[in-house]
Amino acid sequence: MNDTTVIAAKNLSLTFQTNDGPVHALKDVNLDVQKGDFVSFIGPSGCGKTTFLRCIADLEHPTAGEITVNGMSAEQARKARAYGYVFQAAGLYPWRTIGGNIRLPLEIMGYDKADQDRRVKEVLELVHLDNFEKKFPWQLSGGMQQRASIARALAFDADILLMDEPFGALDEIVRDHLNEQLLELWARTNKTIGFVTHSIPEAVYLSTKIVVMSPRPGRITDVIESTLPRERPLDIRDTPEFIEIAHRVRDGLRAGHGDEH
Amino acid sequence: MRNLFPILTVVIAIFVLWYAGSVALNAAWAQDKAKRAGVELTTKELVLDTMSQKKPKLPAPHQVAEEMWKTTGDMVLKGRGFSKRSLIYHTWVTLSSTLLGFVLGTALGVALAVGIVYNRTMDMSVMPWVIASQTIPILAIAPMIIVVLNAIGISGLLPKAVISMYLSFFPVVVGMVKGLRSPDHMQLDQMKTWSASPGQQFWKLRLPSSMPYFFTSMKIAMAASLVGAIVGELPTGAVAGLGARLLGGSYYGQTIQIWSALLTAAALAACLVGLIGIVQRVVLKRMGMAS
Repeated sequence: MNDTTVIAAKNLSLTFQTNDGPVHALKDVNLDVQKGDFVSFIGPSGCGKTTFLRCIADLEHPTAGEITVNGMSAEQARKARAYGYVFQAAGLYPWRTIGGNIRLPLEIMGYDKADQDRRVKEVLELVHLDNFEKKFPWQLSGGMQQRASIARALAFDADILLMDEPFGALDEIVRDHLNEQLLELWARTNKTIGFVTHSIPEAVYLSTKIVVMSPRPGRITDVIESTLPRERPLDIRDTPEFIEIAHRVRDGLRAGHGDEH
Repeated sequence: MRNLFPILTVVIAIFVLWYAGSVALNAAWAQDKAKRAGVELTTKELVLDTMSQKKPKLPAPHQVAEEMWKTTGDMVLKGRGFSKRSLIYHTWVTLSSTLLGFVLGTALGVALAVGIVYNRTMDMSVMPWVIASQTIPILAIAPMIIVVLNAIGISGLLPKAVISMYLSFFPVVVGMVKGLRSPDHMQLDQMKTWSASPGQQFWKLRLPSSMPYFFTSMKIAMAASLVGAIVGELPTGAVAGLGARLLGGSYYGQTIQIWSALLTAAALAACLVGLIGIVQRVVLKRMGMAS
């Protein structure tokens, strides 16, 4: 671990006690994430990718091992508002405008009014929703709502952005578009991003580091450092380099799957 | 407008049944009178008599309407709209304790619901008592409340309002517990990621989310509150209010007076619940939560 390490997990395990006996959601997970990384977690359902993200966010509590975020415990980091979290659903409040929804965490964190206004404008521009501040969520499409929820996670000064299958419910075309915008946003804000997905092309296209996971027990089977440049037009997905990385991800997923049988 | 036809059909059906019922029920007394007078009634005379008796078993709709007009609009025209014989006066008496009881009951219900949602001890212990309170017949407990409160020097409006409160807090507790718990795991996790305080979680998420439940329970609470106010007027010796008119009418066999008080109570309940319905529609629409 060096001073650019933002997230560090050491022998992290999480076991849920259920009526059918213990479920090993995570077992001996070791991972370091550096500042400015775009890390994707990919794997079949039940592999613990979301659980791991939730451990970083202090929404789940590991039963063994250690996790630090910005050098603090996950709980301290959450209380220090170290990260913004984007859930699968946009989760915008219907009784608040788009601007009001983005203002919500700012109100909770006690930013003053002028600062709130400035930040709302800034992040709306960042996700290309400049003219939608006064609109209500139901007036926006699903993709726009998810962009607003990303803006909400960016509005306060957290240098980590955690995203749990944020585009899972959207169609392919909207998804491509949002992926492009997310890369642009990442380049402009210099955030460290943790991104859960089950789409191989999405993981390869976005990430600097791809973490392949497998289920029962949830563990990491491969960590792939991407060799793709940071600047990535959509058609990079047709280059041999891209296809090679995608192959390696697929092999990792298959290997993890094979263990079961 | 599309609803007009079915509504009219039902209303007409009710009137037809009502008239038929009053003819059937009052015929015996009409025959009795005729026999004593030694006259034979034609069918037409019989029917007319059943609809114009002074103390019919079931008064005809027009008799009730006439009585209601005499005790409301007619008295207003004579400048005595608020005299003790006017139905407006009695309605006002009942309405005031209904509203006070409703406000008290809603406040108590919301307070208990907040306690149940935020306090584990209350969550485990309060609900059975709340349910038990509603299994006691209100007719049994109403005189007790009046007597006990009277003994400590409280009389007049408040004891009746307390009975209304006793009935109306229940739907509010049940509805608001459900409403305050309606935010899903994701929304609560999201609040946690922002390290929101319990107070912020309540005011910014739980309370707004509970609004659809709040309005629905208030509608039931309002109707229950009116029942409570009427029941509360019975053991006070029938001084004033729609309950007093009902009791007074039954002492003296004034069925027309009973029916006009009943219909006034029903109309009052419909207006109050309708009013909440309008507020509900406007508020939920503005909150983007209209169903």
